[in-house]
Amino acid sequence: MNKRISFRQSVLLGFGGLILFIGLWHGLAISGLVPRVFLPSPLEVYDRFTTLLDRRFAGATLLGHMLASFERFAYGFILAAVVGIPLGLLMGWYRLLDEIVSPLFDALRFVAPIAWVPFAALWFGTGIGGPIMIIFAGAFPPCVINAYRGAKFVDPRLIEAANMLGTPSHRVIREVLVPSSVPSIISGLRVSAGLGWQSLVGAELIVASAGVGYLMVQGQANISTTTVMSGMVAIGLVGLALDSSLRLAERVILRKRGLEN
Amino acid sequence: MGVIQFKNVGKVFGPKESGFVALKDINLEIADKEFVAIVGPSGCGKTTCLRLVAGFDNPTDGAVMVDGTPIKRPGPNRAVVFQQFALFPWKSVYDNIDIGLRNLNVPKAERQSRIAAILNLMNLEPYAEHFPHQLSGGMQQRVAIARAYVLDPDVLLMDEPFGALDAQTRVVMQEELVRLARKNPRTVLFITHAVEEAVYLADRVVIMTRAPGRIKEVLDIASIRKAEDWDSHEKIEDVMDLESFVHLRTQIWRSLREEKADQHA
Repeated sequence: MNKRISFRQSVLLGFGGLILFIGLWHGLAISGLVPRVFLPSPLEVYDRFTTLLDRRFAGATLLGHMLASFERFAYGFILAAVVGIPLGLLMGWYRLLDEIVSPLFDALRFVAPIAWVPFAALWFGTGIGGPIMIIFAGAFPPCVINAYRGAKFVDPRLIEAANMLGTPSHRVIREVLVPSSVPSIISGLRVSAGLGWQSLVGAELIVASAGVGYLMVQGQANISTTTVMSGMVAIGLVGLALDSSLRLAERVILRKRGLEN
Repeated sequence: MGVIQFKNVGKVFGPKESGFVALKDINLEIADKEFVAIVGPSGCGKTTCLRLVAGFDNPTDGAVMVDGTPIKRPGPNRAVVFQQFALFPWKSVYDNIDIGLRNLNVPKAERQSRIAAILNLMNLEPYAEHFPHQLSGGMQQRVAIARAYVLDPDVLLMDEPFGALDAQTRVVMQEELVRLARKNPRTVLFITHAVEEAVYLADRVVIMTRAPGRIKEVLDIASIRKAEDWDSHEKIEDVMDLESFVHLRTQIWRSLREEKADQHA
């Protein structure tokens, strides 16, 4: 079952899957089983995608929309990390805080980010605050949970070692708890980035005047399914790039610790 | 100074009435610069004894004292060497050794010279900038010993420090420890289940009973070592061949086997 697969084989297999998918899609689109306007073929989407790259639609080129989306995403994601990681670490470290915050947090995290849209619109109007809030709602829980896990499952022997070396508790946090939690935090950031990016587009479908989600809404209004799909492709590509870069960071850190798998 | 005293020490894990009794009526005094090894069947509470001196746990009854002061929490005057090394994986060898000195607010220049000295003593000089995962188990334990010794602690607590090492490395480390302890004597409390190791290293060997852990016997090794001049032999295997060594070892084995037999009765 778990035969070793080389990097080259892995790339080939990945491409194979992609080509198979596009092939099936293409077959279905040209078969006439579904009206073309409901399911454009991959070629039509590719065509539209490249056109959108240098022609403005809904106020900007595709790249412009992607940048607008990414900017919002970055704010929300960074805010989630800056608030969520320390909170999670402290919850893992201080039992009392854990007891106070955990029930509330565990209930709130089941509220889908998109459910905050009405409040985002009420509180922030069409400004950048609304989408940031929704991205934050998506990206925040994994930041907290993984930092919490990192802190909770730190090797107790390392804490004992730090204590017997006379390390004051604020330094135990900085020099033992945080570095020991880094691998868990990074994998939390990966999940967090994914969820944040997903919520962003959801938010833009409703409150925004630029961005990939907005582009898709405009495409829908113009019954341009190729535009909508171009948006989907753009979302996937950015998501993939985000995840790959965080995965790279993860690997670099694990390698430094000798934990590479 | 580094006098360790156990006075009527008892330790119960869980509720006092119904919990697990790990230690009962432990009375033991370890003199300054004395090397005491505790042996006993697994689960006899020997590690608990060490943890009480370290301050990781507190006794349920009685008191554990170092130089007359009851121990409440861990501190750098009681340095611990753990079986699983417990080095900080994200710190270099140098920084692992440095952290305790920084905690004591030792000036930088002095820290550097003390670390250089201990690296030299432990043959670790070429590895100062290495990270723990780049070193073998024996090397990692050297770093852990250096990290403890550099603090100039009153008491050195070693919890089966060579238990995770292979047989050859273990012998090298035992010889190193003897060399180190002679150059720089400390009060040492050494936990092990390896009888030879205890006889070879210790001034006195404490034999414990199975749970609830009590002291069964205390054997004086130092006087025999002196009388039979063990120290004239450089290699561990030569010492282990001596009749006096074999005799002591067998005596401890018997005592431990009685404990095992009780268990099956």
